[in-house]
Amino acid sequence: MDITLTLNGKKISDQIDPDLTLFDFLRNHNCYSVKCGCETSNCGLCTVFFDDTPVLSCSVLAIRANGHSITTLEGLQDEAGEFVGFIADQGADQCGFCNPGFVMNTIALLRENPDPTDDEIRQFLSGNLCRCSGYEGQLRGIRAFLNSRKNK
Amino acid sequence: MEHKDYKAINKSVRKKDAMQLLLGKPVYTKDVVPDNALVVKLLRSPHANAIVNTIDTKVAKLVPGVVDIFTWEDVPNNRFTNAGQTYPEASPYDRLIIDRHVHCVGDVVAIVAAENEKAANKALKLIKVTYDVLEAVLDFRTAKDNEILVHPEDNWVAPCEVGGTNKRNLVASEQSEYGDVDGVLADCDIVIDRTYHTKAFNQAMMETFRTYTSYDRYGRLHVISSTQIVFHVRRILSHALGIPKNMIRVEKPRIGGGFGAKQTAVSEVYPAFVTMKTGRPAMIVFTREESQIAGSPRHEMEVRVKLGANKDGKIRVLDLYTLSNSGAYGEHGPTTVGLSGHKSIPMYTGSLEAHRFNYDVVYTNTMAAGAYRGYGATQGIFALETTVNELAETLGMDPTVIREKNMLKEGMLMPAYYNEIASACALDKCLAHCKEMFDWDSKYPVRDMGNGKVRCAGIGMAMQGSCISNLDVGSATVKLNDDGTYTLMIGAADMGTGCDTILAQMVAECMDCSVDDVTVFGADTDASPYDSGSYASSTTYITGKAVEKACIDLKKRMCSIAAGLMECNEDEVIFEDGILRRINTDQSVTISEVGVKSQLNNDIVPQASASHCSPVSPPPYMVGMVEIELDKLTGEVTILDFMSVVDCGIPINPALARIQAEGGIVQGIGHTLFENITYDSKGRPIESSLMQYRLPTRLDMGNLKVEFEHSFEPTGPFGAKSIGEIVINTPAPALAHAIYRATGVWHRELPITPEKIALGK
Amino acid sequence: MITFQKYVKAETLEEAYTLNQVKNNKIVGGMLWLRLGTPTYNTVIDISGLGLNLIEEDDEQYKIGAMVSLRELETNKSLNDYTDNAIQNALKDVIGVQFRNLATIGGSIWGRFGFSDVLTVFLALDTYVELYKGGIVSLAEFSKMKYDRDILLHIIVKKKPCKCVYDSVRIQRTDFPVLTCAASIIDDEYKIVIGARSGKALLYGDEKGMLSGGITTENAAAFAGELSKCVPTSTNNRGSAAYRSRLVNVLTERNLLKLGGLM
Repeated sequence: MDITLTLNGKKISDQIDPDLTLFDFLRNHNCYSVKCGCETSNCGLCTVFFDDTPVLSCSVLAIRANGHSITTLEGLQDEAGEFVGFIADQGADQCGFCNPGFVMNTIALLRENPDPTDDEIRQFLSGNLCRCSGYEGQLRGIRAFLNSRKNK
Repeated sequence: MEHKDYKAINKSVRKKDAMQLLLGKPVYTKDVVPDNALVVKLLRSPHANAIVNTIDTKVAKLVPGVVDIFTWEDVPNNRFTNAGQTYPEASPYDRLIIDRHVHCVGDVVAIVAAENEKAANKALKLIKVTYDVLEAVLDFRTAKDNEILVHPEDNWVAPCEVGGTNKRNLVASEQSEYGDVDGVLADCDIVIDRTYHTKAFNQAMMETFRTYTSYDRYGRLHVISSTQIVFHVRRILSHALGIPKNMIRVEKPRIGGGFGAKQTAVSEVYPAFVTMKTGRPAMIVFTREESQIAGSPRHEMEVRVKLGANKDGKIRVLDLYTLSNSGAYGEHGPTTVGLSGHKSIPMYTGSLEAHRFNYDVVYTNTMAAGAYRGYGATQGIFALETTVNELAETLGMDPTVIREKNMLKEGMLMPAYYNEIASACALDKCLAHCKEMFDWDSKYPVRDMGNGKVRCAGIGMAMQGSCISNLDVGSATVKLNDDGTYTLMIGAADMGTGCDTILAQMVAECMDCSVDDVTVFGADTDASPYDSGSYASSTTYITGKAVEKACIDLKKRMCSIAAGLMECNEDEVIFEDGILRRINTDQSVTISEVGVKSQLNNDIVPQASASHCSPVSPPPYMVGMVEIELDKLTGEVTILDFMSVVDCGIPINPALARIQAEGGIVQGIGHTLFENITYDSKGRPIESSLMQYRLPTRLDMGNLKVEFEHSFEPTGPFGAKSIGEIVINTPAPALAHAIYRATGVWHRELPITPEKIALGK
Repeated sequence: MITFQKYVKAETLEEAYTLNQVKNNKIVGGMLWLRLGTPTYNTVIDISGLGLNLIEEDDEQYKIGAMVSLRELETNKSLNDYTDNAIQNALKDVIGVQFRNLATIGGSIWGRFGFSDVLTVFLALDTYVELYKGGIVSLAEFSKMKYDRDILLHIIVKKKPCKCVYDSVRIQRTDFPVLTCAASIIDDEYKIVIGARSGKALLYGDEKGMLSGGITTENAAAFAGELSKCVPTSTNNRGSAAYRSRLVNVLTERNLLKLGGLM
């Protein structure tokens, strides 16, 4: 099937199988930040923006992106770059495999709610699993980022 | 304790790879390999114990894109172990690449190699297998001397004598006793005799098992794998495939978590076999289901504790018996079990007069267990610490006070720990510190919050090791570059823990340079110096010491080169403040000048390697305290605060040490409250996905607080001990204790689910 | 992972309906089950282009398109004001935000899943479904109907004076529930819904009038006690029948007390 979409700001066209997932499509288009952790829509590693909405790319058919705009972490390096250093300062990146999904969903959270409480952060990110960090360092990092933004 | 003003040590520097990881750069196995590899998929047995009667791959091979399919008839008949352990391995050689006799659900029956995933999956559906289904041993309590043998085969081999024999379903067995255990037990005022049960919890690292193989330009097998143990993988493949070690190269890129799972060569042999047979690059990526049902989880254990004490709370004798379920294969079976006693009993060295520790490790037709953070200590500590808590509650003593009375203190000889001396032990300080930070005295009493909800607290202590003494070898090569920076080459594997960075901090400390001036390379069997690998909590302690040694040697070499530049004797040159100075003169040369000189008319290599092995394995210590709110009507447990204090010697990187602790605590919470491994009546695992095997989310853990008490370990690099494993050990006893406080019921089987709590069973 | 030959984004309901009558064709909603199992279909029918993605509100009712996501429901202020945040409470622990951005109310209601938080909370409201061929039927009735090849278009919630509460028990916070319970008073009529029993949610009323005259501590306990005896529960790997029956009692009593302003 023919598909045309905007990927990280660039219009691209391709021919795809109808049952190709958006996840596979994105990896085929060199968006290697997108990771698969579960195959059952549980882990949040494959989070990308469908238009501006964070979704699980493993659970979206690529063809559904036809005519839409898809953003992966490759397309958000600047926006992500502003805050991920604060996660690095905590050492909370750890193995890093869940980081792209976590970073994407945190960006989604902060776009929707620029000044979230700790509970709001935990609730919004509850679908982003991390087996290494114990989450607390991620929270400290986000908090440190928000504080630094306030103090600017 | 030594107090030193370090420049790079005990500093929370960022992980060297942090920004790459956080910005989603392609650095993991599947990101770095070419995409022309054959897709390797495995047909797995639906039966727990069966013989493949017929297997017909004709139709499956006709699927367009299918390159080849291999069955038991195609593989070598030499048994091997996948355990990543030093040779000769303690684990029995009980595996074939494909065994006609399948030993558990998920055992491999056929290997499919195809051009793409769709073709491979289609082929899996078209392979026709008939099985002679045999009765299976599913309950590990019935395995020993059962008439059904999990491994009846005659070519089963145990490379080490560990008390096992396949003719009794025994992987290992041992008895040990110190003092007159029965005599002291008979003399005690109170004896508590309890049995505990823990499950085969899954590491569930976010990146499943995966391996890429190809032939390199010299016709050698090049393996790129997500592994903690590159050198062991090389040996295991050599053994399994029957090819020389020097014809294999194993390297690891960044690893998406391991926690011990990748201390077993779970996925490597399959694509390697395909590449050998087809000559083509091959790649296997385990599905999450495969990782869940055919990975390398924790050993299920039943631990019986007999504790004898006096009325005043003096713990006089401990008697442990552990029954460990190794599942269908013996990987890490003989070794994990030891820690259930060796890393629990010594915590009460302060008062113990006698102790006994016996164990059996058995085969069953369930999934094979392996190495998981904590490695047996977790199971033993849950059992022992819960028994100590029960003693305190029975005697009406505060459980922190009973521990103060009995615990191990610095300088004590530990008869239950290979007669090592606790040269660095701040366990008592950890307890006092945690008690104050947590406000134990106000949180310990049970408080009724109305509507059936109560708040209360629980405690657990823990220890672990810092290596396998007299066995683990860590090595490091440090070389000076011509720009005055250094390259550190290691065979240890950073699996996200940050060891690349921590070891670079050590180089920076030794060489008086910035951590940014140290490049780390690892791990690659062709280029790295030998290292057992990253497991047994050993990387900081063992490889770190090797780094220190290599740096001392390198400095000498640099002094020699500098002496040439300054035209003086080598012993006149000292390395000081990042510069090479000729003593009693104003003469000096910079590191860069030495680097440049090393490449011009020079015969002194500006590079040094060192290996290290330790005769001792100094334990880190930890105290954890939890406050929960428990709903007595629904049985739900809400964790409010989990606080802990850790003694890991001198933390090389406090931020990373803290994250290790937090991550381990949350895994421990998961195992205690909801992660579970169960089987149906046919031996099929039920929790085969993350939809069924529930990992803790950030809503399940409450607030964490981790602090440190420093001790200085004289045998460790810069006073360091280990941190990686101990951190998983306190949640289970602390939570079981708090749940008892709330309900009056001791739960001795994990996980302790709301149902068990509500129904009081 | 499902596999299929053809994908059709339907341009009319009739086209979608006609395609859906063919054996081995399948309508997809949020597609969260896409990777579960390995079924093979001929044609997958996408109904996302049929204008079924709106929450329409007037004085009488909310009309919720089948393709509205759970996240949109969760964050819809009017709907949550109307239900005292019961909808948000029912949805907030379903896996995660990214999941709920994909999962649709149509998919959840059509599935009539045993574990459904969505079915539970909507059964406690005065809810109807609009089917392309079957017309408008009450959700309670629909929940008992057999799966057929009709198309679910809208979920309709009638606006009436309403109080509603929701609670569930989960072993882990974002897991499937062990039991769900919603309770409401609509036009002075009580609705108690018990889901994840482990079968699909069932709706109960106050047939005996135990709660008439207002909720008290005593009648809430008595009602919950009786209900726990008659709600059929069963065992699966998340809980036993006995535990679930106990939870029916506990959650019903608590929800009634909350409805009565007593908790």
